[in-house]
Amino acid sequence: MSLHAGIETLDFSYDGRHAAGRFAPVLVGVVGSGNLEVLLEPGEAPHCRVRVETSARGFGPIWQAVLDDFHERHALAGVRVSINDMGATPAVVSLRLDQAVAELQSEGQP
Amino acid sequence: MNARADLRIWDHRARQRSARQARAASELGTALRGKQVAAERSVDLLNAVLEPFDRVCLEGNNQKQADFLAKSLVRVDTQRVHDLHMVQSVLALPEHLDVFDAGIASRLDFSFSGPQGGRLAQLVSQNRLQIGAIHTYLELFSRYFVDLTPQVSLIAAQAADAAGNLYTGPNTEDTPAIVEATAFSGGIVIAQVNEIVQTLPRVDIPADWVDYVVLAPRPNTIEPLFTRDPAQISEIQVLMAMMAIKGIYASYGVQRLNHGIGFDTAAIELLLPTYAESLGLKGKICRHWALNPHPALIPAIEAGWVQSIHSFGSELGMEDYVRARSDIFFTGPDGSLRSHRAFCQAAGHYACDLFIGSTLQIDLDGNSSTATLGRIAGFGGAPNMGADARGRRHASPAWLQAGREARQGRSGAAGTPRGQKLVVQMVETFREHMQPAFVEKLDAWQLAEQAGMELPPIMIYGDDVTHILTEEGIANLLLCRSDEEREQAIRGVAGYTAVGLARDRRMVENLRDRGVIRRAQDLGIDPRDATRNLLAARNMRDLVRASGGLYAPPRRFRNW
Repeated sequence: MSLHAGIETLDFSYDGRHAAGRFAPVLVGVVGSGNLEVLLEPGEAPHCRVRVETSARGFGPIWQAVLDDFHERHALAGVRVSINDMGATPAVVSLRLDQAVAELQSEGQP
Repeated sequence: MNARADLRIWDHRARQRSARQARAASELGTALRGKQVAAERSVDLLNAVLEPFDRVCLEGNNQKQADFLAKSLVRVDTQRVHDLHMVQSVLALPEHLDVFDAGIASRLDFSFSGPQGGRLAQLVSQNRLQIGAIHTYLELFSRYFVDLTPQVSLIAAQAADAAGNLYTGPNTEDTPAIVEATAFSGGIVIAQVNEIVQTLPRVDIPADWVDYVVLAPRPNTIEPLFTRDPAQISEIQVLMAMMAIKGIYASYGVQRLNHGIGFDTAAIELLLPTYAESLGLKGKICRHWALNPHPALIPAIEAGWVQSIHSFGSELGMEDYVRARSDIFFTGPDGSLRSHRAFCQAAGHYACDLFIGSTLQIDLDGNSSTATLGRIAGFGGAPNMGADARGRRHASPAWLQAGREARQGRSGAAGTPRGQKLVVQMVETFREHMQPAFVEKLDAWQLAEQAGMELPPIMIYGDDVTHILTEEGIANLLLCRSDEEREQAIRGVAGYTAVGLARDRRMVENLRDRGVIRRAQDLGIDPRDATRNLLAARNMRDLVRASGGLYAPPRRFRNW
């Protein structure tokens, strides 16, 4: 359940192979119409837990598909992903997720 | 010679024209001086000249509007003037439909009704008007010379001289096609002008094709339809533009092309001097254009990418820039742009190798349409730009390569060597408000049923579309060899839409192996490189700067 009226919260969990280890939190994107913010923080291995808070309600199956593909691409372990979405399209969501992972990797981790 | 043949009148149209002129002369008296009619008598002029059931062209372009004459037409006496058959390319102003509401006109043949599309659908459902057909521009202009010839045309020009010669200014647009059809078939041409001058900068329409000139109280309405603020271009649009340049323009060596309007294609224009330049493509692509003077093309022109541009119309604010770049644009001896919608449509159809544009819906056969429920909007020029010109055509490398891909391995008539125009639909898989661009069935089918149309209003037919480009990749439909392959190629770039999620993953991977589907990675493009930094101009101010201060955007775009 969400604290804000109109905001939908969705939780997803995966088990990954690529342990992220220790890293400083990564934040990409902005909260603005049609955009989103993605925050990566260290989590409990081998899990990759994703929490989505979105202003666009009713798109659970699409989030599921987008995040399944994200997991298939990176298979992260030990990461918590927090998404703050203002109606971004799946293309923008995937791009931000990949940008966040790229920043994580450029810090010398996985 | 038999006596009966002698009785036949062979100059009915000329006699009718004289009769119309005589009625106008007697109605207007001294308010008619030469060809000039006082603005306050414009309604009387129309009452005198028009007859019930006349075919009337009220010049509605997609930019310039004969708005004063439109307002006058709405005020005619319906006892004298009724059941007009309007034949005009664009319905843009409320008056264009008010004439049907008021019972002045009852029949309509047109091309595009953009902003009036909802009201038009309503009037049709109330039986207030009958639509003959929805045309492409070129098709409607053609019918002006066959079976939809106007008896009276109401046109707009920038200026007239005392004799009645007209200067249209840069927005010549439809005027020559309308006037030619009317003046040479015994019709009456009435022009509204913004000013009457002693000497015109140039003559676009000669005086003896014009019957009456009205000095309008206000300059005619004109819309800047082709200005796209680069500030609104998204990273996804940059990514798609990179894929278009590398995956299509470079792959086929496209030199002659037409761009639709919209931010997707504006992004391509703004990536030419940056991304395309870095790929070493300068001179190898995009040299000749059929295009309005898009402000977004300024950086590419300045960087020496563009050799020629012929334009359908003009664009507000581009006048001085065009004047200063007369090697690139078609300009008169006076220096200003001469646009011409009919010729430019023909150029786009017969002399270009690629059309790229956007749409609202694409189905599994690749048919696309911007028609949505409750709106009859028409398509303007897209169906001509976005169609292979059947019949014999000159060869060019891009056209030949597309033809080879389509015909490889085929025999008989389908295998006879021949080229094909590249027709690219460029869409994000989801539009705003998460409306999917890919659908199982176009709204056009339901619309056809509701409005009693004989065919669904498809804009571009699937068998003319060669590539579908989304953020997920490029589907090359030329390489598909069955309906099933085509369907999976389309599903394979349809992203997370219901159509995309229902793909056969194995078949899509197979199509990718064969190069039928190419993803950004397959083209050597990292989506993370797709940033707005690649745009040669990132806002309106950058465009003005790139033009050396020659481009003067309309006030609404001056956001700095």
